[in-house]
Amino acid sequence: MENKIIKQISLFSENKPGRLANIADKFRDAGVNIRAFTIAEAGDFGIIRMVVDDPDLAHEVLHNSGFTVSETNVLGVEMVDVPGGLAKIADVLGKENINIDYAYAFVTKIEKALLILRVNDIGAAVNVLERNNIKLVDMKDIEDI
Amino acid sequence: MIEYWNPLIERMPLEELNKLQEGKLKSTVRYVYERSDFYRKKFDEAGIKPEDIKTLADVVKLPFTYKKDLRDTYPTGMFCVPNEQLARFHVSSGTTGKPTVVGYTKNDIHEWTTSLARAMTSIGVGRGDVIQVSYGYGLFTGGLGLHYGAEEVGSTVLPTSSGNTEKQIELMQDLGTTTMACTPSYFLFMTEMAKSMGISLKDDTKLKIGIFGAEPWSQQMRARIEEVTGIKAYDVFGTSELSGPLFTECTYQDGIHIWADQFLIEVVDPRTGIPLPDGERGELVITTLAKEALPLIRFRIGDNTVLNREPCRCGRTHPRIMRILGRVDDMLIIRGINVFPGQIESVLMNIPEVGEHFQIIVDRINELDVMTVQIEMTDAAFSDKVNDIIKLEEKVASALHKVLNLAVKVELVDHGSLPRSMGKSKKVIDKRKL
Repeated sequence: MENKIIKQISLFSENKPGRLANIADKFRDAGVNIRAFTIAEAGDFGIIRMVVDDPDLAHEVLHNSGFTVSETNVLGVEMVDVPGGLAKIADVLGKENINIDYAYAFVTKIEKALLILRVNDIGAAVNVLERNNIKLVDMKDIEDI
Repeated sequence: MIEYWNPLIERMPLEELNKLQEGKLKSTVRYVYERSDFYRKKFDEAGIKPEDIKTLADVVKLPFTYKKDLRDTYPTGMFCVPNEQLARFHVSSGTTGKPTVVGYTKNDIHEWTTSLARAMTSIGVGRGDVIQVSYGYGLFTGGLGLHYGAEEVGSTVLPTSSGNTEKQIELMQDLGTTTMACTPSYFLFMTEMAKSMGISLKDDTKLKIGIFGAEPWSQQMRARIEEVTGIKAYDVFGTSELSGPLFTECTYQDGIHIWADQFLIEVVDPRTGIPLPDGERGELVITTLAKEALPLIRFRIGDNTVLNREPCRCGRTHPRIMRILGRVDDMLIIRGINVFPGQIESVLMNIPEVGEHFQIIVDRINELDVMTVQIEMTDAAFSDKVNDIIKLEEKVASALHKVLNLAVKVELVDHGSLPRSMGKSKKVIDKRKL
């Protein structure tokens, strides 16, 4: 199961001009590549969530630059890029009473859609998704995208 | 085994100590009346002659002096010796208007040093210790004051003054600093800086004692500092008008010892000036008993505290004051409610998710006072769920509301974005135009 877990970089940021540029600069200098990216904004602050090719390096770079940053365990679910792709996943999890804390999706170069999920019970989610033949990607897949 | 710098004086039975004070009070009153036009005029206006002061209790007959008197008589109008008898000047940077000048005879510096020597001995600083004095050297009394005290007890002084923090941390390691003397905010900044250099003050240095003061800091902040850095953190108290930093707690950390052979303290109701019973909170009033150049009679120092005359467990019989959590001047009035920054610090430092740095911003919006408290969260507290962060803000706001009885807006800001201070930190920004 361990290898099905993706380490997402989460960081706290005040909602101010220039914050994002600062983070992007740090990644460029360190050679970190962002695969997926989203901002959850809540008034004065936001939480930036990213899937990157080298999460440990990304964490170190941001932490040393003084950011409040953490590595969060999430799942990467492969969806067929056709209508109904998301519905099936949400349905399967809902039936097992697994709550999705948040989710965001992106489309890869090979025409698959990838859904990043944070759930309240990651172990149970891996089980139920695999039982339903839904493919989970691992860190290696993320590096290769 | 408790050590004393001057066991005879420090453990003197109360009755003898009172007699000693009484004699010194009488001679001080005579001294200022004879030597200072300022005091003579003041006493005459109050209808007081030196011979009216017969016992310690008579001190209440004397008129108060205020910081304002020092400013009004700038530069040396209250001095009781001619300038050529002075060994030194210090000048305090008055936050409002004119600065105040303090003068010292050689003997005044000796008394100041003695006071600190007793204090340092009471917290176990002495021969074999390396004291890094990171208070500012110069016109400010902090640096030179601690420096002299430290040399007196036989310690080795590392006079770094404030600033150049990386170098300070390097020297701390290389020269084996055991004792840090600086403002608590600067020590927090150092701790953070050391961490970013990969150095743990707890594991990678010989630090064991901190002498922190020049700004109010709470008991909760002390607990944080002691836990993170593994040192014992002691409060040091004094003001430039009285000479500078003078007094500390002893190892029991149960109040600050005020040397009764040098100073006579009272606690009065700040509004009426009437002395309060021991144990009640009020404004500290100090009369100097051993100063030559600038003796002060019933000086309204502007700090709120509680007086405790019970002899301490350490064996010292001199009176103690509770740690000072705020000056009368620091008090904010928000929508008619009195708020001390120290209260806010106490609340914040009790919440583990909240970092050590904070700032209070007061503004008036649509004729209504609005107080915002900006905080940083600790790394460990960070959750990447928006709701958790909003809940943390709410938790802090509700804890503040409970203590202050006032609605407070809490704002989480980026780690490292609140100002770090090398000296006295400015915790309050009041944008109201009153």
